[in-house]
Amino acid sequence: MTLAVLSQALALVFDPYVLWVIVASAAFGLFVGAIPGLTATMATALLVPVTFFMPPVPAIAAIVTATAMAIFAGDIPSCLLRMPGTPASAAYTDEAYAMTKQGQGEVALGAGLVFSVIGGLFGTAVLIAAAPALAEVALKFSSFEYFWLVILGLSSAVFLALGDPLKGVVSLLLGLLVSAVGLDNPAAFPRFTFGNAELAGGLTLIPIMIGMFAVSEIIRNVASMDQPWEMAQANIGNVFKGMWRLTKKYPLQILRGSTLGTAIGALPGAGADIAAWMSYAVSKKFSREPEKFGKGHVEGIVEAGASNNSALAGAWIPALVFGIPGDSITAIVIGVLYIKGLNPGPTIFMEKAPEMYAIFFVFILANLAMIPLGVAAIKGAKQLLRAPRQVLMPVILLFCIVGSFAINNSLFGVLLMLVFGLIAYFMEENGFPVAPAILGMVLGAMLEEHFISSMIKADGRLLAFFERPIAAGLGVLTLAVLTWPLARAWLQRNEGPR
Amino acid sequence: MKFNDALIGAALVALGAVVLWHIQGFPPMPGQKYGPAWFPGLIAIGLMICGALLVAARLRAADSRPLFALPQWTRRARPVASVASVIAGLLLYVAAADRLGFHFTAAALLLAWSRLLGASWRLAVPVSLAATVVIHLAFYKLLKVPLPWGLLERFAF
Repeated sequence: MTLAVLSQALALVFDPYVLWVIVASAAFGLFVGAIPGLTATMATALLVPVTFFMPPVPAIAAIVTATAMAIFAGDIPSCLLRMPGTPASAAYTDEAYAMTKQGQGEVALGAGLVFSVIGGLFGTAVLIAAAPALAEVALKFSSFEYFWLVILGLSSAVFLALGDPLKGVVSLLLGLLVSAVGLDNPAAFPRFTFGNAELAGGLTLIPIMIGMFAVSEIIRNVASMDQPWEMAQANIGNVFKGMWRLTKKYPLQILRGSTLGTAIGALPGAGADIAAWMSYAVSKKFSREPEKFGKGHVEGIVEAGASNNSALAGAWIPALVFGIPGDSITAIVIGVLYIKGLNPGPTIFMEKAPEMYAIFFVFILANLAMIPLGVAAIKGAKQLLRAPRQVLMPVILLFCIVGSFAINNSLFGVLLMLVFGLIAYFMEENGFPVAPAILGMVLGAMLEEHFISSMIKADGRLLAFFERPIAAGLGVLTLAVLTWPLARAWLQRNEGPR
Repeated sequence: MKFNDALIGAALVALGAVVLWHIQGFPPMPGQKYGPAWFPGLIAIGLMICGALLVAARLRAADSRPLFALPQWTRRARPVASVASVIAGLLLYVAAADRLGFHFTAAALLLAWSRLLGASWRLAVPVSLAATVVIHLAFYKLLKVPLPWGLLERFAF
């Protein structure tokens, strides 16, 4: 990174318009995150139609800021309502609520805020260091390596999903099937279009995502609207009190949470929510006081709180370098990057260096801004949570309608949003994770294209996938990842009671 | 709405079969082993295998759960009406927005939804009108999204 690039990047970020966008999207993110049932991914999906009309840097800045704020703000209703504001806080909601009940709400909220910032900055540091370095390596990649990377990404999405892996595979296959619709395939043959012009271009992802992440969530919300929220009493003074002591007491936990979070974020298909679950479990497993977990003990909140925010930045690593999303948020972001002419790929750090470094600065800025804005959100939490949901949900729904319409200026988008909203609702009701489906939709075209072009180069010899050294390495790794669960199941069966 | 896994599995097998049948009509790519039918064909086979595995797992577990169960909220009138209104409202928007125009449809839907969810008139009316105006200003004026005027075409600004 030269000084010229750096100063260009700084100029892009410290533009009054960009700063204004950051503040506005921070407020939006805090609000969405703090209201149970509105998620960070939903915030992203709702922001896309608005960012459509912005220059690249503020568009990306809006998403980065809103999601970072939302993941932190998800901790607020965990403490006060025993309801996670976003799924990323679900892992330690009971813990946080138990702390509030014991008069420790201030500590729980403070830990959520402070260690979110630390985790977020850690993930950002890894992103800044790893993404350009990885891009250097990826410059040598051809369709063979990309094919394996996509397969690796898809498999990790299935295995990292919570619940039954078989259902994860089904979800992935359904996503791939959706990606096969339209003309966008190597043969340019209209598949599954049934003569419909709207389908020829393929199913537009943004209305689908708005459906799957916003409409399905609204359906869940209105189905439980007649159950009032009960707010716990908490006197919240100085949330920073005791935080330095916690930092000194749990340095290993903070580092472990941030590292695991970044790694989970960087693995395709798993994001902040799974990172938090895993970090909470790790924290309990290695704690000196595991018996205190679940009864109002701050240790797990420290570790998982750092983890979920670090996952956000981690997810951008594969998204920027390979165009493979690390989580559901970056699955949406990739679409925005293409629209903005910031096509992801290893050359992005050369061709669009100022924009890339501007995005890195935005990450740092957003995490630092979380300190004052987070305090304000905590102070205003009670008012925030009193926002009348009876009118809020309809307004969000109208926003979804206009957003889905705005992508192609077509009512077909609104219909698509409704259909996929219902599909996502049914999937989650029946234990099918949604994230693998999203990854399948985003990566389906890439998978087929890299396979076909590899086969054209290799004249149809499948072994060609193992003939280049990096491809061979990735191939073996992928096969190992894929066969591991089977091997483990087989071993367990043989070792079981005879 | 929870369906028994066996039922879902059977549906997936059927979906896979339909896709397989449909792609028989796809032309091959000249001089290529892998044409446009290859990728969806692979997905379809995968869906059929997974579907069969889901059915098999349920049969082996001798699952006596019902084929499908309605969630708790379907027994209360208001949630059922609310969820139905969300779906019906979205369909109505798709059907009517071009003719009635964005403003009428949006304000009417907002009002209907808020009232159904339990908002008072005093809250629902101003919020519905204000939200419609704000979205008009933000999307139509600022972002130049061509929201349909419909009946209000003559008053377009």
